[in-house]
Amino acid sequence: MENKELNIIIATDCGSTTTKAILIEKNEKGEYRQTFRGEAPTTVEEPYNDVTRGVLNAMQEVEELSGRKILDGEKIIYPARGNTGVDIYISTSSAGGGLQMLVAGAVKAMTAESAQRAALGAGAIVMDVLASNDGRLAHQKIARIRSLRPDMILLSGGTDGGTVSHVVEIAEFISAANPKPRLGHSYSLPVIYAGNVNARNEIKDVLEKKSTLYITDNIRPTLEKENLFPARQEIQNLFMEHVMAQAPGYGKLKQWVEVPIMPTPAAVGYLIQTVAEEEGVNAMGVDIGGATTDVFSDFESNSERVFNRTVSANLGMSYSVSNVLAEAGLDNVLRWVPFEINEEDLGNRIKNKMIRPTTIPHTKNELIIEQALAREALRLAFDQHKLLAVGLKGVQRIRSVSDTFDQTASGATLVDMMKLDLFIGSGGVLSHAPKRRQSMLMMIDSFQPMGFTRLAVDSIFMMPHLGVLASVNKAAAKEVFEKDCLIPLGMCIAPAGNAKIGAKCLSVSIRITTPQGEKPLIQEDIPVGEVRLYPMGIEDTAEVEAHPARRFDVGEGHGKSAHKKFKGGKVGLVIDTRGRPFVLPEDKKVRRELIARWYKDFGMYED
Amino acid sequence: MAHVFTPGLQVIAETIIEKDRSLPIPGKVFVKSGDRVKAEDVIAEAEIPNDIQSMNVVNLLSVMPKEIHQFMLKKEGDPVEEHEPIAQNKPFLGIKLFQSIVRSPFKGTIERISDVTGQVLIRKPPRRITLLAYIDGVVKNVAENLGAEIETACAFIQGIFGIGGEAFGELTMVSPEPSHALDEADITESHAGKILVGGSHISHRAFKKAMEMGVKGIIVGGFHAKDLKNILGYELGVAITGDEDVKTTLIVTEGFGKMAMADRTFDLLRKNQGRRVSISGRTQIRAGVMRPEIIVTFSDKEAQSVKAHVPKAETGIQIGDEVRIIREPFFGRLGNIMELPPELTKIETEAKVRVMKVKLASTGEVVTIPRANVELIEV
Repeated sequence: MENKELNIIIATDCGSTTTKAILIEKNEKGEYRQTFRGEAPTTVEEPYNDVTRGVLNAMQEVEELSGRKILDGEKIIYPARGNTGVDIYISTSSAGGGLQMLVAGAVKAMTAESAQRAALGAGAIVMDVLASNDGRLAHQKIARIRSLRPDMILLSGGTDGGTVSHVVEIAEFISAANPKPRLGHSYSLPVIYAGNVNARNEIKDVLEKKSTLYITDNIRPTLEKENLFPARQEIQNLFMEHVMAQAPGYGKLKQWVEVPIMPTPAAVGYLIQTVAEEEGVNAMGVDIGGATTDVFSDFESNSERVFNRTVSANLGMSYSVSNVLAEAGLDNVLRWVPFEINEEDLGNRIKNKMIRPTTIPHTKNELIIEQALAREALRLAFDQHKLLAVGLKGVQRIRSVSDTFDQTASGATLVDMMKLDLFIGSGGVLSHAPKRRQSMLMMIDSFQPMGFTRLAVDSIFMMPHLGVLASVNKAAAKEVFEKDCLIPLGMCIAPAGNAKIGAKCLSVSIRITTPQGEKPLIQEDIPVGEVRLYPMGIEDTAEVEAHPARRFDVGEGHGKSAHKKFKGGKVGLVIDTRGRPFVLPEDKKVRRELIARWYKDFGMYED
Repeated sequence: MAHVFTPGLQVIAETIIEKDRSLPIPGKVFVKSGDRVKAEDVIAEAEIPNDIQSMNVVNLLSVMPKEIHQFMLKKEGDPVEEHEPIAQNKPFLGIKLFQSIVRSPFKGTIERISDVTGQVLIRKPPRRITLLAYIDGVVKNVAENLGAEIETACAFIQGIFGIGGEAFGELTMVSPEPSHALDEADITESHAGKILVGGSHISHRAFKKAMEMGVKGIIVGGFHAKDLKNILGYELGVAITGDEDVKTTLIVTEGFGKMAMADRTFDLLRKNQGRRVSISGRTQIRAGVMRPEIIVTFSDKEAQSVKAHVPKAETGIQIGDEVRIIREPFFGRLGNIMELPPELTKIETEAKVRVMKVKLASTGEVVTIPRANVELIEV
């Protein structure tokens, strides 16, 4: 496939609400550029019950906008000639609830957690995690398995040569529950076994008659090693073969695409991983959708890159918006709102968005409320990510004398915000915020980066398309990603530490150079409790010397200066001295005034 | 982007609908094609596999898993009675007093005996579930062992949100007009077993009283989010409902808050006062959208002249169409489309979106609304 001449590419992402099509064209300079975009409601529901309807509608919009004839009736025209046809069609999908899995392992903090990471990395929503020691009684586990209707099950357990009985016990529960797949009545539920090799025969004996059993390499061959790739690969193969084949219209769609349809989050994750590896940076991404929020991280840990993805299945901005309120609580949402609002009225507004999920904020106050909810959804999703993106648990570390004072436990989180280099935001509320600075402040408020962190957003939500394109043509995907997809917002400098508002925090000297020349040197002392914006363009560069006060750290240690040179972005340089962790005042009136000042200084919602 | 608009809820005075009634697993179907059924008739039943319990027999007998079969008194598939011995070890020194006996905790069947884990799985006898017809009508098709399709001539109304499952009873108007809010005093003992229609709202206390009085269902324009939390006992996170433990099914036609029921809906319900009605609060606003529904079934004589409603052809939205605004600041207002500017327009939030100009029915004022914030009213 890499060798095929690709000049015109059409790609779709069939989301739970909307199907988005993009056109990528190779121009006369030989560059791949994204040129047109179309969208239409996804049609996996009544009365259409056929995903291809939405795909055709989205492609028709691309046809209308671009003037290129892509479809001949309901057929895609191949290959591209002049202003007709395309060379390849590729797609991702999360429609119909995406890929929903149940995972199980022998021990909750070890093999079950590894199984969870494997499923999440493959783009699944994990419905539940079962383990011998999860605190539930046998009949409760069986009842739970039976009540869920997953698309597939991943069963792990035991290191190679380790426990057999614990993993067989879980298999016996699965067999007794005899769970049915979510879609389609006619096929038997796929179960992937990726556990102790010595238990394979017993697992076959228990599960082969009740499910379609697939056996792959152990995801935890030893306590010190996690081997997630083979299980992830198997999950994605089965997603296409079994799950998508049952969804309305996917049989047809499968024939149209040239490479397998990828689950949307898997494609986004693949792209973030590729960027982190190629740039040699620690990167994170967040994709906030209507129903779910995905968080991705790729950090270097002990000279290895570790990629993690988590999905918060009920944190989103439309279908799940009421759940954001339920999980965060009203006070946490209201702390981002700079005006008084009747709480009963707010509750009704949020529920109305839940039942009419495609509506958009029309007034400024409605936008502020929506972005307050987004901050909380992002914060909660990030908290969940930190809990799962951890080092392997149960590993005995060999400590040298120099480690004597290093108390890092096994299972500590791998997400170190001070070491984060690049943070990418995606999804409607971030990609389509009326102002880019709103996206930037939402990302800063909810993830609280520390030290120096570059921030960017996905321009028009095309990371899924580029993720699947990367599996066909990495160079084309990278080129479009850099030139059209990624919109650099700028740099955030946030000293870690806390002190009273107004106390000494940071002295900076900022030298901004634009293509037209150097701007006057800025030298400022910034006290605690400020969020300041220094506008910069994408082509501008800044050279910053930051001297934190004794109790603050910008990456070099407490009170130690840092000197960095970096490029600008659509928003610019943000210096955030609100402290890390950043705590808002308890008093409502004081807090509202402070928030109003920050929003004003940042130019968030001004006329 | 002509396709991007919210389809309206159906409010149809006369139509023919088919309801697919299915068991969750294969069972017995008691009706045949052409049979006339009442909403409360049982049309099918099935036996659902019941709970299972595991007993670690080898631990209880202090033996090794591989030896389990030597000590079992039952084999896989055998029925067992409550307290019946299922396994025992050999008496120590032949003294029965020191013998361990494992007894079944309930009546059931031995499902599995594992010589790897030493577990024995015992399953309780199956549970019987029944499937009701849900609407008065005629059996059109039968799906072997699964259920049947029932057809009826009716008035059909969709709500926007509901809680509680299926219910049927006599449709009773309580509110005199769509803007009237139901209060505690409006609910009386005479409403037991009935489906009540309110106007703009029902208070928490009135809804509680309705449940106490045995009211089968309430249809109302609006409901407060905080009252929903009080009724359910938890904050509803996603709009997937229908299995709540409430005695009275609630159907909201407009949204959360105090909202006058749309005249068309109210008038159609008033027209059908006193008739038998089947309702379901089941709502799913996610994959497989499902809205709560009100089905007023017609008599045979009335049904003769009824034809199936043909939905308006999919032409998108057009100038002159009647729409309802479904977001603040004009939430709930009705109007007609005056203009559909093709270009993106900057709204108050500074977002550039597709908009429409709508003449409000109540005031004649022309307002600019994002296209995403209206729903089409089906005529």
